[in-house]
Amino acid sequence: MTPKRRRLSIVLIGLAMLGTAAALVLTAFEDNLVFFFSPTDIAEKGVGPDRRIRIGGMVEDGSWQKYEEGLRSEFVVTDFQNAVKVVYRGSLPDLFREGQGVVAEGKFNGTVFTASEVLAKHDENYMPREVADALKKSGRWKEGEEAK
Amino acid sequence: MGGYAAYIWSSYGVVVAVLAVMLVSSILGVRARERELSALEERVGPRRQRRQQSGLKDAHHDA
Amino acid sequence: MNWFHWLANPARFMRFAARLQPWIMALGLLTGAAGLYFGLFASPADYQQGETVRIMYVHVPSAWMAMFIYVVMAAAAGSFLIWKHPLADVAAQAAAPVGAGFTLMALITGALWGQPMWGTWWVWDARLTSVLILFFLYLGYIALVNAFDDPERGSKAGAILLLVGVVNIPIIKFSVDWWNTLHQPASVARMDGPSVDPSMLLPLLLMAGAFKLYFLYLLIVRMRGELTARRIRLLRLSDIA
Repeated sequence: MTPKRRRLSIVLIGLAMLGTAAALVLTAFEDNLVFFFSPTDIAEKGVGPDRRIRIGGMVEDGSWQKYEEGLRSEFVVTDFQNAVKVVYRGSLPDLFREGQGVVAEGKFNGTVFTASEVLAKHDENYMPREVADALKKSGRWKEGEEAK
Repeated sequence: MGGYAAYIWSSYGVVVAVLAVMLVSSILGVRARERELSALEERVGPRRQRRQQSGLKDAHHDA
Repeated sequence: MNWFHWLANPARFMRFAARLQPWIMALGLLTGAAGLYFGLFASPADYQQGETVRIMYVHVPSAWMAMFIYVVMAAAAGSFLIWKHPLADVAAQAAAPVGAGFTLMALITGALWGQPMWGTWWVWDARLTSVLILFFLYLGYIALVNAFDDPERGSKAGAILLLVGVVNIPIIKFSVDWWNTLHQPASVARMDGPSVDPSMLLPLLLMAGAFKLYFLYLLIVRMRGELTARRIRLLRLSDIA
């Protein structure tokens, strides 16, 4: 084996081992790497009322209610299998709207999620308004497809 | 810009600033080193410099 | 591979690069001007994000460059360690500050886009965190290479760090698919084609092209500087000897 060959195999074997190690570590820490849980995760795993968590999903259509001139809001976060009711006091991001993604941070007492912070999550589609309208009109609009 | 002008213009401003800093510092760095090299070559002397240059070429031919 | 070996000679490479340089500059300026024109003026607002979509035309190409330059450096590190290509080490060291610069641009423009749209400058989700790690990898590489008295040892240590850090690149790319993140999934490099309207894809790709050319130009300038620094080092050594 020439020195070049030897160095090449050392580098390749090293990279393969590194990749395996990284994959194992990332799989082991999966629960800490996710930024939020879905309503289904919460229904399945169950969370204590004192644990601060984030939930993410879609704001259910027609569920957004505003009180005290928009200072306090209630809405339902859904992943189309399970849904969680969220109450929140504070200002919402500009992109917050029904049918759009949302991530809320707070505590869940088993029935209501009390959020201390609400962030908007948008999808990966970018288009002008006219194109969006045309797609909706022609029935090729894929609503809520990206909801997780 | 729909009420977002501050965010949009600062983004483009940051980009232009970082790109400009990278260009200017790179060019100034090369100039400073080239000045240093020619000063050094003058001091070391032309005969020695020629020997050094051929030595450098050999060193880079390993590949 | 013949032309590759032909170019592996540093003096020849620099002569070749110097001839290319004005063309790269001209093409880069042209592409950049077109990108800015379409990005800032001649493209529509997004149906959801409004005018802030214009931040995408600098944010996304910066993030692409951040990853692209790292991959180039890691490939150079590999060829330096395995085949001892001196020019590969020169290229990696010349590219590092530029990579760090593009990563910084991606992070800052991302914050400026996140605040109005998501409602936050920063979150510790898998995508944002792994890009921050990339930024520190660049800084760590620059520090490590310069931490040794013997530049050859610095180059080797740096090259090993680059190869170890390459594991972060697929993590950045696929973080948005593997885990729940606040950052949305890929819009352009995806299996079923881009999910960006052509009118917005145009400025995005123009800016990406301009950034790539800008990097190439800077790389040539900085490689010339790095090669000059090495000649200074050699002359100094022979001066002492």
